[in-house]
Amino acid sequence: MSDNITFTIDGVEVKARHGETIIEAADRAGIYIPRLCYMKDLIPHGSCRVCTVMVNGRPQAACTQPVVQGIVVENNTPAMQKHRRNLIDMLFVEGNHFCMFCEKSGNCELQAMAYRFGIPAPKYPYMFPDKDIDASHPDIFIDRNRCILCGRCVSASRDVDGKTAFEFAGRGPHKKIAVNAEANLGDTNAEASDKAMSVCPVGALMKKRIGFAVPIGSRKYDTKPIGSEIESSTRK
Amino acid sequence: MSTEKKLKRIIIEPVTRVEGHGKVSILLDEKNKVRQARLHIVEFRGFERFIQGRPYWEVPVLVQRLCGICPVSHHLAAAKAMDVIVGADKLTPAAEKIRRLMHYGQMFQSHALHFFHLCSPDLLFGFESDPAIRNVIGVAAKFPALAVQGVMMRKYGQEIIKATAGKKIHGTGAIPGGVNKNLSTAERDVFLKDIEKMMDWARGALKIAKDYTVEHLQTLAPFGSFDSNHLSLVRKDGAMDLYHGNLRAIDAQGDKIFDQVDYQKYLDYIAEEVRSWSYMKFPFIKQLGPENGWYRVGPLARLNTCDFIDTPEAEKARKEFTAVTNNKPNNITMAYHWARMIELLHSIEKIKDLLNDKDLQGKDLVVKGKRREEGVGLIEAPRGTLFHHYRVNKNDQIEMANLIVSTTHNNEPMNRAVQKVAEDKLSGQKITEGLLNNVEVAIRAYDPCLSCATHAMGKMPLTIELYDHNGNLLDRKTKS
Ligand code: FES
Ligand code: NI
Repeated sequence: MSDNITFTIDGVEVKARHGETIIEAADRAGIYIPRLCYMKDLIPHGSCRVCTVMVNGRPQAACTQPVVQGIVVENNTPAMQKHRRNLIDMLFVEGNHFCMFCEKSGNCELQAMAYRFGIPAPKYPYMFPDKDIDASHPDIFIDRNRCILCGRCVSASRDVDGKTAFEFAGRGPHKKIAVNAEANLGDTNAEASDKAMSVCPVGALMKKRIGFAVPIGSRKYDTKPIGSEIESSTRK
Repeated sequence: MSTEKKLKRIIIEPVTRVEGHGKVSILLDEKNKVRQARLHIVEFRGFERFIQGRPYWEVPVLVQRLCGICPVSHHLAAAKAMDVIVGADKLTPAAEKIRRLMHYGQMFQSHALHFFHLCSPDLLFGFESDPAIRNVIGVAAKFPALAVQGVMMRKYGQEIIKATAGKKIHGTGAIPGGVNKNLSTAERDVFLKDIEKMMDWARGALKIAKDYTVEHLQTLAPFGSFDSNHLSLVRKDGAMDLYHGNLRAIDAQGDKIFDQVDYQKYLDYIAEEVRSWSYMKFPFIKQLGPENGWYRVGPLARLNTCDFIDTPEAEKARKEFTAVTNNKPNNITMAYHWARMIELLHSIEKIKDLLNDKDLQGKDLVVKGKRREEGVGLIEAPRGTLFHHYRVNKNDQIEMANLIVSTTHNNEPMNRAVQKVAEDKLSGQKITEGLLNNVEVAIRAYDPCLSCATHAMGKMPLTIELYDHNGNLLDRKTKS
């Protein structure tokens, strides 16, 4: 396929292929659009709205919106950044995210996003919701205190692992990642080697007994901010 | 209680220059004699409930929330308990030595902090002197070189913690079965560069504490003092070991109550008494009962329980220390400061030995064995023996946690010390500055971490309240 579509992101001309989403084209062009639920190779959910950009003046999720010839996309603008900052803030207070003792700390996309946006502490009051842990599986566990309902595990299990181990259940504040079984994670056919186990952006769906095996300083976001891997990639 | 209603009550609340907060109340009888003195510390055991259900590998990091003052001690005690859980009965040399280095770093910085910030004002100016200068700022003004040393020693210890744990607080270095990093030669060389200076300064601090104690022995010996049992870990050969060992308890004459007890079985030897007036429990040695079984922990206890110290300079200092009491246990409360500085020197000697040990660059960092359901981790924290006890269910979640912190062990002794000082120093129905200072000084000898004991952070100003025998407020004094 050839790059036969052109459009602009913050005034920079970007070439895209037919059928690509805005975020895919931006990634290839080395332009970082912040995201939390979107993950390359998974069918996008469009649930977190962190990737929202202005397309010809209207807000759209960059991870689901296909490119169209000549569109004008606003990404790194004060208005968009403010919108994202608010969303990240909300995610922090809606869950129980205690970075200082979370084993995902340093590898967590939500935490890294907060650092990238310079959020030292949320401005909204913490809600301290009552969430549970499902540790019934011998090798994996879900800590719902940290789940941001991105849906990556749902997609990965269904589309990559072919298992449908996870599903969304409930609505509004009661919405949660449930397991596709009568009772607990331990009753599903999920395995530690599943794709679903490596996609969680936060510390919600985790492999057991890894804990703090990686020392501070060697973790993914200890030395470089989230998004830098896209920004530093050469344009193709 | 009806008899207590008739008594006058002086309340000192809380103690300044003690980390955290507490409150002292002194009950008088009709003749204005001290009937009873009590140290009230609100112990919050919510933490034990808070960690229920958490995965066990998270605990060594999670417990650092308990206390902003001694996070490393909690980190290591929990990690040692988790070693038992994962069946790691013997760590690799690299792992054990990295953890020891972390621990001695913590000991060094904690003892240095206590000495220079909390205790040296009393020693350098005398604890009857004007409180306006008897503080760390006064020390900095009159003894600037010493104040700088205090800051630098503390920093040295903290940098060791950072190099081994990853961070100064909420580090992650100790993990179940070992550690997550070793010490590179580059990291090591930074510490070796300053080691001789640290050794020198530790010798200097020890000299101040020793000279002061020896010179003022007449007045210090009875100050807040009493006979007591002493408890600590000791090595198999009886040497002082701040990181690991078996439990030894001795009485005030030095006779052994028990020795070389495997701390996994501590519940067979130690129990905790609940008293209606205190949130903080009172641990005691079971075979002696709550009345006689209470004991002291911390530097003084450790100097008393051990047979020797395995580093030359600290051992020489220990001999000088025990000579003062004719090789019998030292029961002088104010001798805690001297004992603490012997441990300061011991810690830096240990750090030097470790830094020169190639095992610190070892690559074999974690071991595992047969998984267990229950584990106990003990460590000699700067303030005394720290107990962490956990039960883990088959899903790897914490089911039960019991923690006994150093300050809780010293609960009864601190109460006794306050009682003794109040008896000796209180006169009339007024709270004098002198009484206030003396009570403070006696409590401070134990270096209580009220933050640990209460599991809550924060400091508060000092308030004293004096009540008549009907419970009416007579006098009130506040000091910040
Ligand atoms: S990344 Fe597009 S909505 Fe979440
Ligand atoms: Ni503490």
